[in-house]
Amino acid sequence: MRYYSYFPGCSAESTGLGLGLSTEAIAAPLDIELVELEDWNCCGSTPYGSLDDEESIVVAARNLALAEKSGFDLVTPCSSCYVTLAGANRHLQERPKLMTQVNEALAVAGLEYKGSIRVRHLVDVLYNDVTPEFIAGEVKNRLDGLKVAPYYGCQLVRPRYGLDDTEHPHTLDDLVECLGAEAVNFPMKARCCGGSLTISEEKNVLELTRKILQSAAQNGSQCIVTPCPLCQTNLDAYQSRINARFRADFKIPVLFITQLIGLALGLEAKSLGLDTNIVSPREVLDYIYNRINYVTTHPTEERE
Amino acid sequence: MEPRIGVFICHCGSNIAGTVDVEDVARFARGLESVVVACDYRFMCSDPGQELIKKDIKEFNLNRVVVASCSPTMHEPTFRRAIQEAGLNPYFFEMANIREHVSWVTEDKEKATEKAKALVAAAVRRVYYHEPLEAREVDINPNTLVVGGGIAGIQAALKIADSGNKVYLVDKNPSIGGHMAQLDKTFPTLDCSACILTPKMTLAGSHPDIELLTYSEIEEVSGYVGNFKVKIRKKARYIDLGKCTGCGRCLEICPVRVPDEFEQGLGKRTAIYKPFAQAVPNKVLIDPENCLHLKGLAEGKDVCRLCQKGIEKKGIPGCETGAIDFEQKDEIIEVEVGAIIVATGFKLFDPGIIYQYGYGRLDNVYTSLEFERLVNSAGPTGGHIVLKDGSEPQRIALIHCVGSRDEQYHEYCSRVCCMYSMKFAHLIKEHTTAEVYEFYIDIRSFGKGYEEFYNRVLEEGTVFIRGKPAEVTNIAETPEEEGKLVVQFEDTLIGEQRRLPVDMVVLSCGLEPRQDVEAVARLFNISRSADGFFMEKHPKLDPVATMTDGIFLAGCCQGPKDIPDTVAQASAAAAEALAMISRGKVEIEAATAVINEKLCTGCQLCKAVCPYSAISFDEDKKVCQVNEALCKGCGACVGGCPGDAISLSHYTNEQLLAQMEGALT
Repeated sequence: MRYYSYFPGCSAESTGLGLGLSTEAIAAPLDIELVELEDWNCCGSTPYGSLDDEESIVVAARNLALAEKSGFDLVTPCSSCYVTLAGANRHLQERPKLMTQVNEALAVAGLEYKGSIRVRHLVDVLYNDVTPEFIAGEVKNRLDGLKVAPYYGCQLVRPRYGLDDTEHPHTLDDLVECLGAEAVNFPMKARCCGGSLTISEEKNVLELTRKILQSAAQNGSQCIVTPCPLCQTNLDAYQSRINARFRADFKIPVLFITQLIGLALGLEAKSLGLDTNIVSPREVLDYIYNRINYVTTHPTEERE
Repeated sequence: MEPRIGVFICHCGSNIAGTVDVEDVARFARGLESVVVACDYRFMCSDPGQELIKKDIKEFNLNRVVVASCSPTMHEPTFRRAIQEAGLNPYFFEMANIREHVSWVTEDKEKATEKAKALVAAAVRRVYYHEPLEAREVDINPNTLVVGGGIAGIQAALKIADSGNKVYLVDKNPSIGGHMAQLDKTFPTLDCSACILTPKMTLAGSHPDIELLTYSEIEEVSGYVGNFKVKIRKKARYIDLGKCTGCGRCLEICPVRVPDEFEQGLGKRTAIYKPFAQAVPNKVLIDPENCLHLKGLAEGKDVCRLCQKGIEKKGIPGCETGAIDFEQKDEIIEVEVGAIIVATGFKLFDPGIIYQYGYGRLDNVYTSLEFERLVNSAGPTGGHIVLKDGSEPQRIALIHCVGSRDEQYHEYCSRVCCMYSMKFAHLIKEHTTAEVYEFYIDIRSFGKGYEEFYNRVLEEGTVFIRGKPAEVTNIAETPEEEGKLVVQFEDTLIGEQRRLPVDMVVLSCGLEPRQDVEAVARLFNISRSADGFFMEKHPKLDPVATMTDGIFLAGCCQGPKDIPDTVAQASAAAAEALAMISRGKVEIEAATAVINEKLCTGCQLCKAVCPYSAISFDEDKKVCQVNEALCKGCGACVGGCPGDAISLSHYTNEQLLAQMEGALT
């Protein structure tokens, strides 16, 4: 059994409920214990950092200080939390002056951060600690023949924390393939989906997400998987708007990688939060459980 | 004679005095045992500084001197000479390095001063035990070894050979010529590369004082300045060079076709082949990896041999001079030389690792060296710039700084890519009607005639876009992009993201150290700088020598450079080697190992560990002896001796322990 401090992040309890549920569901079968941080707070995400860099680091550092008590690696399934927490951690470890200032702020709450913990993304843990070989051994329901587009998004691999190649990452591909599924050629796999700009710049974000869906559809994928709750929301919840805006007919379920792993481990769909997905994953489930293959359900060309 | 020590602290302008309280260090030194005088001065290495030392030696009757300043590599010879001029043995001197070891690496003034004091105390304690030594002179072998037969090696070899001294010119490839032989035109004058190189190659091949050893590699280097012994492996060519006339008939018979290295894999060659048309020596060789007969022999079969026998049915005869020898084996020869010039060149950066540029993945994305062959009239397309499908491109993008000026790959600028890219732009305009787009970060046209060439290319209508492309893709977003390569980039001059569909992309790849650079560095015992290239002794004032006496550098193995700079450096390396040769003798370090015969048990362990074969065993006395002329003072035997019978003069236990005590108290 491996132990980690667990930081679910706000999304995993709201818009990305499926991520939170499926992460917790697959932990036990994969022999890992995720000990949720007691009284964790929002990581601050990207908006706070753009307003006040140092204050936003205090917000993130509070979580780091809480995690330091147990000394385990701090794991989050959310790419945005990962970038924020890992970035703050790196700043604090490399800038002693900032560390002193931040600790002054933390002292008000009776906390202190010494800079000793590692912040890791769940994909990092699944890939490097649990390993695809181990997961393959635990698979109860092989996903043979399922065509999956592994979508990394931008934050998992960029900025660089050494997890994977920024332009041509492979960790998700390997995780998908260890389940028996086929990771399709997907050139847009590390492109930005637009993130939280859906709120302020919807037009531009729809354009970005359209390209991603198009690339996944062109290569025959039955579903997209991603670890990131922001990407999942943009691709899943906004798919109907993309269809309306570009007069397209996309119907690609967007699953969390943890949901796909859960299905392969033989866990129940509902326990993985698959009922919270907006584009119905029904056809994927039919394929996995009943081997029903709905051929050419996805458009490869846009309608004029 | 009781030691009387003088301590001299250098400010080195503000280099040392800016961080170290030099006056305090001088005060501290005055309080040390046996120190008669201690003072500080702005520049100890200057004439007045040296005069100060000499004056104090006389005035205070000093017999030991400590200078606290820079690295001994920098100025130890200077100060040794100064005290020698004042009548002292030069070994009654010790240097404390308070610049590289203290002021340049410490910001805290207090800590820096503390450390400087410790180093001064260490030097004072050590110099107390110094003994007078005499430097020795040895004869210099007038032969020179040049490693690498590119333009650098050829130039150096010709200069030395022209003075009447013998040169061994070794190249691991079957022909000399190096990368320059692959180039089409040379910037900025547009001379044809082969036209200016081949005369030099031929000269090097026929020079009475140059022994050409192609298809050969250095196996082992031993000895020291003036007296190197070098083992060279001559790889089997399976051809008797004396009999081969280079007629080329065998090439027409050989049935094998494999990618041609000289053509960067764009063309094909046979298994028995000539590296290229103007090869020197102009002889063939057989590639054992691909020759059907040699592969068959390994399995005990006798197949093919068409080059030897000819094709009877068609009445084509085989090799008529009987030059083909399938039995040939590698041969190892040993040569003795006084100086070595390393001119092993560079390797082109492999852009395949930059996934987003599509090299090796997308058609019509080429490296610069491939493009040189593509545009060369002797190349695989006869000099026609064509796409994979044979059609002529309408639009070509040239991407600068691929692998250079990029922290992910190489931080340094490769110095030639801007200029060769602009040369390409000119050649494309000359050969085709295509539009040319140059994607650059900064244009570096620093050489003679280079800026003028840049202007010329601008006037010819080449479009320069300031921005490093993010990617080259075949995913079309608009109908115009269908079937094209699309360059996605930020035009930094207008601050916008843009896309440009093109037919061909040429990646202006940087230069990097060769794959075997580490092994070669070990072989010659030379160091490398952070960028991986071989390191010169001093970046400004000794750019050709290395830290190993008698070994010099020339060309791109020391760092990226263009042809004019390479030729200049090669000539400089030749001049350095010739200066040594004409001096005839070289002074070598006086510090040698001394064996105490009373303690020696004759176990001969020292003899086994000595890398210079300087230790022999005296059968009568049953003890080992050191040949001082051969000993380099490396100290391997001192550590190896189980009986503590060997000591190294100038590095005795007494001196080193005193130095440590000084630093710690």
